[in-house]
Amino acid sequence: MANQTNQRAEVAVPPRAGMFQPAATGIREVKRFTRRKPLGAIGGLLVLVLVIVALMAPVLAPYGARELPDRHEGGSTVYIPPNSQFLLGTDHVGRDVLSRLIYGARISLYVGLGSVLIGITASFIIGVALAYAGGIIDMAAQRVVDALMALPGLIIALAIVAVLGSSLNNVILAIVIGMIAPVIRTVRSQVLSLKELDYVTAATAIGAPPWRIVFRHIIPNCFAIYLVLATYYLGFAIIIEASLSFLGVGAPPDQPSWGGMLTRAAQEHVLTAPWVGIFPGVAIFAVVMGFNILGDALRDVLDPRLRGR
Amino acid sequence: MTTYIVRRLLLFIPTILIVTIIIFLLMWIVPGDTAMLILTGNDPNEGGRVSLEDVERLRAKLGLDRPVHIQYGDWLWDMLRGDLGESLWYQTPVIDELGGRFITTVQLAVMGMGLAFIVAVPLGIVSAVKQDTKLDYMSRLFALLGIAMPTFLIAIVVTYVLAYVFDWLPPLDYANLWEQPLTNLQQMIFPALAIAFHDLAFTARVTRSSMLETMRDDYVRTARAKGLTEMGVIGRHALKNALLPIITVSGYQFGRLLGGVVIVEVIFLVPGIGNMLIDAIIHRDFVVIQAVVVLVAAVVMFLNLVIDLIYGVLDPRIRYQ
Repeated sequence: MANQTNQRAEVAVPPRAGMFQPAATGIREVKRFTRRKPLGAIGGLLVLVLVIVALMAPVLAPYGARELPDRHEGGSTVYIPPNSQFLLGTDHVGRDVLSRLIYGARISLYVGLGSVLIGITASFIIGVALAYAGGIIDMAAQRVVDALMALPGLIIALAIVAVLGSSLNNVILAIVIGMIAPVIRTVRSQVLSLKELDYVTAATAIGAPPWRIVFRHIIPNCFAIYLVLATYYLGFAIIIEASLSFLGVGAPPDQPSWGGMLTRAAQEHVLTAPWVGIFPGVAIFAVVMGFNILGDALRDVLDPRLRGR
Repeated sequence: MTTYIVRRLLLFIPTILIVTIIIFLLMWIVPGDTAMLILTGNDPNEGGRVSLEDVERLRAKLGLDRPVHIQYGDWLWDMLRGDLGESLWYQTPVIDELGGRFITTVQLAVMGMGLAFIVAVPLGIVSAVKQDTKLDYMSRLFALLGIAMPTFLIAIVVTYVLAYVFDWLPPLDYANLWEQPLTNLQQMIFPALAIAFHDLAFTARVTRSSMLETMRDDYVRTARAKGLTEMGVIGRHALKNALLPIITVSGYQFGRLLGGVVIVEVIFLVPGIGNMLIDAIIHRDFVVIQAVVVLVAAVVMFLNLVIDLIYGVLDPRIRYQ
């Protein structure tokens, strides 16, 4: 038994994360990661492309997101198939699909990062607090978590946006409430198991106060799970945002959200103007896929206990 | 066993009460007043034309002038008696509309889940038995594709393929399951396929990991040692034991599945609760939104309760945790 506990303690030592070390080692870590997890590296690359496109949108996009460009040959610019002027064609108003796609990366990234930073961080604080509070507070909070778990993410998000009205920040709030329950549950059980480890007992034995144990031992050991959860839930957030916008209750219609771009494409012009729908569809798929496979690979590398599950 | 059932039931009651409180408060904080909303017909510019007395009268009629806990109690009591209130937009009792639509949605969800199972379980088994071979990687990649595809994207691709290849468009009117069962099944099979694809990925993943776990168990080694064929080992010993967690995990996922069904319903114009919810959101019909969300939560929670109880009967280890 004692032997077993020792083994668990060994595995739970903080992983060698690249970002805590000098830059040269960082590059080496990335190379090692690429070699060990080629699929994860592809995911990382897709995520990197999303970030670059979002940051450089005004430089990369040939037109503005709401701009109605003139056609070189003259005439109407509505529903032009992809050509040399409009690489990915134009939509029902005559806006450039490529430009809207590029600016749309900003919305996906804004909603994704916003909801994940708020949602996962808040869940972490609550999860750690609950694991330490225990007793009746923990018991009561667990029932609220159970209750929230019974509300499917998309449906609770729909209800919240219906009440508060559709804006990007309300979408973020809706996604945060949709993700908070499962994350609190995961963090709470992680902290509960960390509390039982030998080095925490040792720290208690030498008289370390609880806050010191939490900040010096528990939280640093949760770093891996934080990173993995954040990566997964970025994908989740982007899907929910796209779904809400697709249903017409997410981003306001003039915003170039990828989900919103698909609405008309799907409903009216599946056959006559497929380019309007195909490209945002591919973009959503690639980005969510990128976050998912990066999350899988990070989990394998950072948290050996979960490997292969 | 009795202790287990009692404990599980005792946990169920406060949880479902908390769900109703959350949903009630969510609708209670609506910016602007529900009575105002009805009188102005949802048009913010109409505000000037409504007299204050009218608003007060309607507030009294709807019971909005009472303290919030009384309102909650009444609402809960009405719901328990099967009265879900009257739609703010259509002015008809919500329950009349909800019943039939709910059956359609459940039918769609069950069909989708069934189709997913037929493909996903064999896929997961092959993946587990041939772990780390090309076959395993291919089926895992396939599962990954399914998970990364938002439901609406899958549904659009399905409509796209159907329209191009089979010249099929979603019907404007779905046949009733009881009156014209064949026509109904024919119409529902395509939306069910769209749901199945997403669920398939998830189920295949669960099957794979559940099979991998059982394949390492002692009784599988015993079965091999006594000379059973590989098929016999997998079919009669491993799969039988692996199936229980697969079914329970899928059951727990029913809520997530319902989220996907909402979107598929919108794209395929299926008259289920998903379309009702979206319609209510567009009209800011909070009574309907409340009713649909409570119904979904109640179904999910009830299903989880039933799964837990069955699991407790089938797997004695659970009871002693």
